[in-house]
Amino acid sequence: MFEYTVLAGIMYGLYFGLVGIGLNLIFGVMRMINLAHGDFIMLGAFLAYWLFHLFGINPLIAIAISCVVFLFLGIAFYYIFVPRLLQSKDPEMLSFILFFGLSQVIEAIIILSFGNNQRSVPSSTFGHSTFSILGNRFPISWLIVTIVAILVFIAVYWYFYHTKLGYATRAIMASRDESLVSGINVNRVSAFAFSIGLILASIAGIFSFFMIGAAYPSMGTNLTVISFAIIVLGALGNPMGTIIGGLIYGLAIMFMQTYLSSWSNLLPYLLLIAIMLFKPEGLIGKTVRSA
Amino acid sequence: MLKKRIGSFGIILIIALIFIFLPFVYNNQSFLFNMMLYIALAEGLNIIYGFTGYLPFGYVGFFGAGAYSASLAILFLHFPPLLSIFIGGAGAFLVGIILMPLLKLSGAYFAIANLAASQALYYIVANPNLESITHGPYGISLASIYNPHASYYTMLAVLVLSMIIVLFIRTSNFGLSLLAIKEDHITASLAGVNVAKARAIAWGLSAFVAGLSGACFAWYVSVFYPGTVFSLNISVIVIVFALFGGIGTIAGPLVGALILYSFYNFIGISAPEYFQLLYGILIIVLVLFLPDGITSILQKRKIYVP
Repeated sequence: MFEYTVLAGIMYGLYFGLVGIGLNLIFGVMRMINLAHGDFIMLGAFLAYWLFHLFGINPLIAIAISCVVFLFLGIAFYYIFVPRLLQSKDPEMLSFILFFGLSQVIEAIIILSFGNNQRSVPSSTFGHSTFSILGNRFPISWLIVTIVAILVFIAVYWYFYHTKLGYATRAIMASRDESLVSGINVNRVSAFAFSIGLILASIAGIFSFFMIGAAYPSMGTNLTVISFAIIVLGALGNPMGTIIGGLIYGLAIMFMQTYLSSWSNLLPYLLLIAIMLFKPEGLIGKTVRSA
Repeated sequence: MLKKRIGSFGIILIIALIFIFLPFVYNNQSFLFNMMLYIALAEGLNIIYGFTGYLPFGYVGFFGAGAYSASLAILFLHFPPLLSIFIGGAGAFLVGIILMPLLKLSGAYFAIANLAASQALYYIVANPNLESITHGPYGISLASIYNPHASYYTMLAVLVLSMIIVLFIRTSNFGLSLLAIKEDHITASLAGVNVAKARAIAWGLSAFVAGLSGACFAWYVSVFYPGTVFSLNISVIVIVFALFGGIGTIAGPLVGALILYSFYNFIGISAPEYFQLLYGILIIVLVLFLPDGITSILQKRKIYVP
């Protein structure tokens, strides 16, 4: 039982790292909290659902399609909202409210066009086989999700540390003003980073069926709060730290479900409050933000 | 100051008279009750958001805490309704004290932590393990003391109280010190303002108003579920009402709630999805083009808005 919980916790944790990483990337680059993050995860899930049921497209191929869709969506959203917001009196607070409005719009559009129903891609998409580690059997879909999550983390790492755009992104994360002065096209790089954040959210959405169950239009808010808990646990503004946050969250939720199941839905909220009050810089972060 | 105070009192008096006499000519009492409820909540939120800049995204936590404190006082202690309403306010105030440490977070961090706190409260109240105390997810029934007229006029009293609190904050030195803290808390503290104390008072008053409103709501509807009184939508609706009108004034949240709640009543109940869509678009447009609310149009022309 204990071994099973630990192993499942690690697999869940890596998936939840994927759920949170996009939010953290956007926060790191723009110092804005994308309160519609959960809704972009939902959009990813619905995209995967329709691709699967209309055209029989496998979720793994849906990743490529969602990259294209959310790249354009992200760039469009960035240029519509962000430059104007950055000029306002209190961008941090106003963006918070604005993205909330966006999340309402997305949710309403999905309900109006597809109805307020649960949708699912069957986990048999990847076959019925199981795999076993240390004598514990898990569905094959969990293995695939774990591998996808690890590959995504490697890709994000490679982007940050081995591409020119990634260097520029990290420069903006360190100081937006100084990057502007040193000739970086801040808006273009930020827009691209915003798109990557949305793409990461949509990938988490594509695989949500196998890890957190059916998708429904109002699933976003809850996922946003969970993602926020994860990135605060890891380190705000440090995307790679999200992996640590995800692992802690995954293990904690698995242990709660195994040993104290009736209270497990309280966990993300309590973790979030506790970490903000007692270690607001996150478990591995340095920046402190308090009033 | 005095002149401004008298002018604002006039507005409060007019609102009170309207809600006293309107039920005799307009028979949709539940619409009027909810209107008063949302004005009171928007004014309560205004106390903390308008004057200190802290956005309480989990404001509904106080509302729910008030509803449940009052209900438990009625069901277990058999208190009379009016005393129980007060207990509701006190319960929310207590939750406010417990959540006081959140005030050391800034900006969006405070908002998110407060949201998490209200959700945590919801999951605690709705937990089936606590069925013997809170009735868990099965909700509360106060049918034995159901009295729409008495609760209507109690809500009116709470509404007047909330507006008077905002009036006094707006026209007193205490309000000025809050605004100073909002602008720059370090400078304010150098100028001799007790920052922590001032914030705590505003926070407590804000929680108290929400608790009283929640308690009145519980009495008025008399049957409700934890999901009803802890619904995140209440926080959101109230924030948008206050923002739409313009925070930091008495008139702003009042105008916002009057216009938007009427609008909600017009289309929101029959077609909630379209309402949600329009609402979201309204939020985006407001933030981008009119971040200080509609009363700011007057303020920009140097007209004093009470």
